[in-house]
Amino acid sequence: MENFEPEIVAFCCHYCAYTAADMAGSKRISYPPNIKIIRVPCTGKVDAIHIMKALEKGADGVYVAGCLEGDCHFKNGNTRARYRVEHVQRYLEELGWETERVTMINMSAGMGEFFARTALEFTQKIKQLGPNPIKHIKDKNQKAVS
Amino acid sequence: MITAEQKPLKEIIEYISPYDRILLVGCNECVTVCSAGGRKEVGLLASALHLNFLKQGRTIEIKEITLERQCDPEYIEELVSEIDRVDAVLSMACGCGVQTIVERYKEKPVFPAVNTKFMGASESQGVWAERCQGCGDCLLGITGGICPVARCSKHLLNGPCGGTSNGKCEIAPDVECAWCLIWERLKALGMEKRYEEIMEAKDFRPAGGGGPRKIIREDLSL
Repeated sequence: MENFEPEIVAFCCHYCAYTAADMAGSKRISYPPNIKIIRVPCTGKVDAIHIMKALEKGADGVYVAGCLEGDCHFKNGNTRARYRVEHVQRYLEELGWETERVTMINMSAGMGEFFARTALEFTQKIKQLGPNPIKHIKDKNQKAVS
Repeated sequence: MITAEQKPLKEIIEYISPYDRILLVGCNECVTVCSAGGRKEVGLLASALHLNFLKQGRTIEIKEITLERQCDPEYIEELVSEIDRVDAVLSMACGCGVQTIVERYKEKPVFPAVNTKFMGASESQGVWAERCQGCGDCLLGITGGICPVARCSKHLLNGPCGGTSNGKCEIAPDVECAWCLIWERLKALGMEKRYEEIMEAKDFRPAGGGGPRKIIREDLSL
């Protein structure tokens, strides 16, 4: 557990969070390598099924990083994404999982430092929560197959 | 369309817990439109079930399939190749779809994953409202196209009652008084006289009061 390095999937909007991650890089601000970024044209593209599949495949945490409220390039994609994240959180609650494993974050393209800070904070939070509860079962099953 | 909402996961899990191989069947019709049991919801539920059972240390096999129309025996036949490979069927269609599978595959336990709610129309994205109760004897031609059976909380045929207030029903401030709507509509159409006609007590036998209903069209029968 002490050596636990979570795998975190971050769905990042091309117009804000992805550019913010870029800016963090340009400014030489480091953030944990646990974050695996998936660039999306808008967080409105992210559906509940994408988040669920990420968890099912073993991600320890998932976050959706979209534009600031009211600043979506496509008007309200980030609001839709927030509703979908909340929908998944309700699902996780019903299943007895920690809802904090999934979250929505808003930022602008200029917030490179904020991107790095939230990436660090989210990673720490997931480290506290521990690994995805199904990970060890999946690993065991895979070993049994091989 | 027929509207539905997914059942609580706890209830669904209880149904399928005794089985290891599940056929999860969606429907491409009404439940797809109201986002309760289409292809996407089938995927989402399958994923949630996997998360649940894997956490318990159990691996269950879930075969996902979404039929064109689950309330039609013609499409139910598509399950023939799958049905023997599973222990139970979990249907995301309305009650009609569930029962069509039950009638065809009598040896398999079939469980509903949604609660069928009502016949409704979409008011806006993500909002569905009841518009018809299938009373079997449509009054819309008399009431200016607004149904008092489905939309009046008391199903009054000669309304409104004393519970109407500023066009709203007394049961909740966001429920419109159907009879106010009817009056406004008749007025707009210049058909106020129709409002003064007293409607007689409705025969509710065609509404289901005479037992389960059936339509038989001999011209269409094979």
